[in-house]
Amino acid sequence: MPYRSDAGGTHYVFDDLRMLLARASPGRAGDRLAGLAAESGQERVAARMALADLPLARFLDEAVVPYERDEVTRLILDTHDKQAFAPIAAMTTGDFRDFLLSDEASGITLARLAPGITPEMAAAVSKLMRNQDLIAVAKKISVVTRFRTTIGLPGCLCVRIQPNHPADDLAGIGAAILDGLMYGCGDACIGINPASDSAKRTLLLLERIDELRSRFEIPVQSCVLAHVTTLLQIMNRGGPADLVFQSIAGSEAANRAFGVSLALLDEAHQGVKSLGRAPAGANLMYFETGQGAALSAQAHHGADQQTMEARAYAVARRYAPLLVNTVVGFIGPEYLYDGKEIIRAGLEDHFCGKLMGLPMGVDVCYTNHAEADQDDMDNLLTLLCVAGCNYIMGVPGADDIMLGYQSTSYHDALYVRSVLGLRPAPEFEAWLKAFGIMDAHSRVRPSPSGGAARLLAAAPR
Amino acid sequence: MTRQPGDFWDYLRSATPARIALGRAGDGLPTQRLLEFELAHAQARDAVWADLDSAAVLAELDAWCPVLVRSAAPDRASFLQRPDLGRRLAQDSARALSAGSCDATIVIADGLSAGATQVQAAPLCKMLLAAPNFVFAPPVVALQARVALGDEIAARQGASLAVVLIGERPGLSACDSMGAYITFDPNPGMTRDADRNCVSNIRGQGLSLNEASRRILAIMGLARTIRRSGTCLKEDDALDLLPPMS
Repeated sequence: MPYRSDAGGTHYVFDDLRMLLARASPGRAGDRLAGLAAESGQERVAARMALADLPLARFLDEAVVPYERDEVTRLILDTHDKQAFAPIAAMTTGDFRDFLLSDEASGITLARLAPGITPEMAAAVSKLMRNQDLIAVAKKISVVTRFRTTIGLPGCLCVRIQPNHPADDLAGIGAAILDGLMYGCGDACIGINPASDSAKRTLLLLERIDELRSRFEIPVQSCVLAHVTTLLQIMNRGGPADLVFQSIAGSEAANRAFGVSLALLDEAHQGVKSLGRAPAGANLMYFETGQGAALSAQAHHGADQQTMEARAYAVARRYAPLLVNTVVGFIGPEYLYDGKEIIRAGLEDHFCGKLMGLPMGVDVCYTNHAEADQDDMDNLLTLLCVAGCNYIMGVPGADDIMLGYQSTSYHDALYVRSVLGLRPAPEFEAWLKAFGIMDAHSRVRPSPSGGAARLLAAAPR
Repeated sequence: MTRQPGDFWDYLRSATPARIALGRAGDGLPTQRLLEFELAHAQARDAVWADLDSAAVLAELDAWCPVLVRSAAPDRASFLQRPDLGRRLAQDSARALSAGSCDATIVIADGLSAGATQVQAAPLCKMLLAAPNFVFAPPVVALQARVALGDEIAARQGASLAVVLIGERPGLSACDSMGAYITFDPNPGMTRDADRNCVSNIRGQGLSLNEASRRILAIMGLARTIRRSGTCLKEDDALDLLPPMS
């Protein structure tokens, strides 16, 4: 059904909900590439005015991607929690924004609401919000997950050690892990992106990290970010897989391009649960997402890239994951052109994920053909950590030598913890202190004697 | 600059090219490390935005009557944001190409690192053109070009094999790397990335021009025999068919 709006003496008609959402979206390269972006600033605001008047309940009646053709839409609508939705059922999208910012919308209230919020509702309200709104609302929401560490507690910032190596070299990866531990990172996980998709190599990496962890009783969980089918092979051989990782997107067809379906993810989730490596009730899945993934697979169904991204969170939500992060600037300038677009997208993704009840982290990152640099990343990192982001990446010197892009560094983690008074996960902080890596003032200043020296001796000299 | 910064575990640096044990100024990077990173990023950015000196490349290939074309992307900013435009020829460029009796064409494309192409593409192109077992169309120099632009070029020249020499996306450790994409029976708008073979990391510190030429010609030979390219064609099989190196 068409939606209408008048602005500046012009009458605008938006053919359907999909088009309304796309035209209301802040400008970005991917929507321009797909021919979905508003053609003028005035049209964009006109779309926002129509969106603000739209009842939230409309999103339950008009699917952005057809129900019959898409299992993600079926997941969203079939598992929608009507009871949780009830308090906001009579609101328009504009009312919803006002409510989210109000004193009434406490962290507890928002947590109860989460199962009633569909991705399209989250995306829609985000399009009416300024960056400060995205930060202010996300800040109210804590999503806490647990394995060997507790991630997402208020006042904490966790870091994934990302010790990638172009040849998956064990000594090279080991050196980058030790470096990360010496910089107080690793409490989100130690997560390696493998250069090859070899199950043998994945198993070897997992075994070596597990040895290191057991030997020094480090409260961390490990992950090799291979394809879910590779992890299934590892689990079938009883390999030490703490977490199952997968990249996911917001439509069935986009997930097919990643080689996954809900059935396959269900199978992997069951598999990792049955390994019994985690304490009861632990969260066991790790997902990565990113705006533009659906469009790049030609699987966006004419929807804007931010709405498609929020739909990926519905897939993640099904598995009560330990970690979810958007890899916000990785995809390149044809989707997010510059620092401004990357910063906006990072804040939107973090907000939408948190609103839907996910333990959101963000890979604050860019490629060399994007109009962005370290200053943009400093800005986004600081904004996200003010907003209560659960975790970030820790890449040595911010330079991922395997994937060829720039993310946040171990140093960046120390900076942002210091300026915002954030701490590591409590279990990990206790370990850092016991090993003399963190000093009595809770600063990461490793002592060359004691535990740190024993840890370093684990590497070949 | 003053002393070399570092952490007391900096001996681990020999284990990986990653930027580990950088040392600290408070929680931040020491000045020297900060500037090292900035230099690498500046070089990569400059490489992305550099223009190909097409006149120099055309002059070097003068004996083979090279043709200059442009993609439908009018400038660098459009090229970066609209990959679809970089895969199509500009209208006047389409008219500049004519079909002849040939079985392969070589396209020299700026891609994401014109500098990599500037230095290496013409010498490599000449090595390929010297191969006696292929009839080559006039070589094409293409500006604001993506890999798939080679499909339309080959189709217009009537070549069943397209070899695109193109600047690869610069990283912090290498911004002068060129790739070669070999496609059999390219079909504009239809050919997928999985239908191409790639020889990558062609640069001074990586794959030499001689070795790149050997591999490209081997892949071209096998592709012509099996009438396919892409994931179904393994580079090792192609190299096995070559006579042993003296």
